[in-house]
Amino acid sequence: MNPLAAYLVVAALVFAIGLAISLTRRNAILVLIGIELMLNAANLNLIAFWRFSPHTAGHGDGLTGMMFAIFSIAVAAAEAAVGLGLIIAYHRHTKTTDLDAMTRMKG
Amino acid sequence: MILGFSLAFLLTAALTIAGALAAALLKNLVHCALSLTVTFAGLALLYLQLDAQFAGFSQILVYIGAVAILVVFAILLTRGAGVPEYRGFSTSWFFGLVIASAIFALLTWAVVRSLPAKSAVAAPSITVQSIGASLMSTYVLPLEIVAVVLTVALIGAVIVAMPESRTPKSEAESSGGK
Repeated sequence: MNPLAAYLVVAALVFAIGLAISLTRRNAILVLIGIELMLNAANLNLIAFWRFSPHTAGHGDGLTGMMFAIFSIAVAAAEAAVGLGLIIAYHRHTKTTDLDAMTRMKG
Repeated sequence: MILGFSLAFLLTAALTIAGALAAALLKNLVHCALSLTVTFAGLALLYLQLDAQFAGFSQILVYIGAVAILVVFAILLTRGAGVPEYRGFSTSWFFGLVIASAIFALLTWAVVRSLPAKSAVAAPSITVQSIGASLMSTYVLPLEIVAVVLTVALIGAVIVAMPESRTPKSEAESSGGK
């Protein structure tokens, strides 16, 4: 099996587990954890493609995929902070993080 | 070498996936956060095996050092006096599981079908110095934009999570509601 394919299959598995967490769990924090797992799977894909692509084609300095992954990590950190802030704000109003109980948008 | 893979790859892949599965299945939220940390560490090890040292150590710093701690803090802050929620799965869990497995099957099918059997590419020779140099030259505009995004997002997160100032409306609401 191609080493690139092996990394891509691992990333696909992590993505699927993250998606399953987001779709099946009821706690809002766990849904955010699932989203983080999906973002990490995408990063693993980016790094794997960067590693196994030929670098002599003249596309810049051979750093593009790596830079994509690094910027993606930075944006994912911002996303986690905002998401957890929203969950804490909602919890202050309703005292729950249960998604099935989040039925109203009024504060 | 087992099945053409190095033992290190198999071990780290198994660690990553085991951590993700534990985060999906465990009941206690803190245990989920800890197994999420294990998954992040496994992914960092995979990055290191892919000769992406800078991304691997960034992963350790950002995810294990910041995001996991943030998740643990959010768990502690939202674990009020309420009852712990032990019915942890939604009522439509079966359909979620079916969708996730279908997507995994689709991705795996596409990967296995589309890639050739063998490809050997020399490891790219990237130093942290060259990453820094190109961050300051080629990628300086994305770097500035990411800096602005991070600043705005963190200030916004603090403002959203801050206790609201007491307006007359919320005063009346809280005195009437509680």
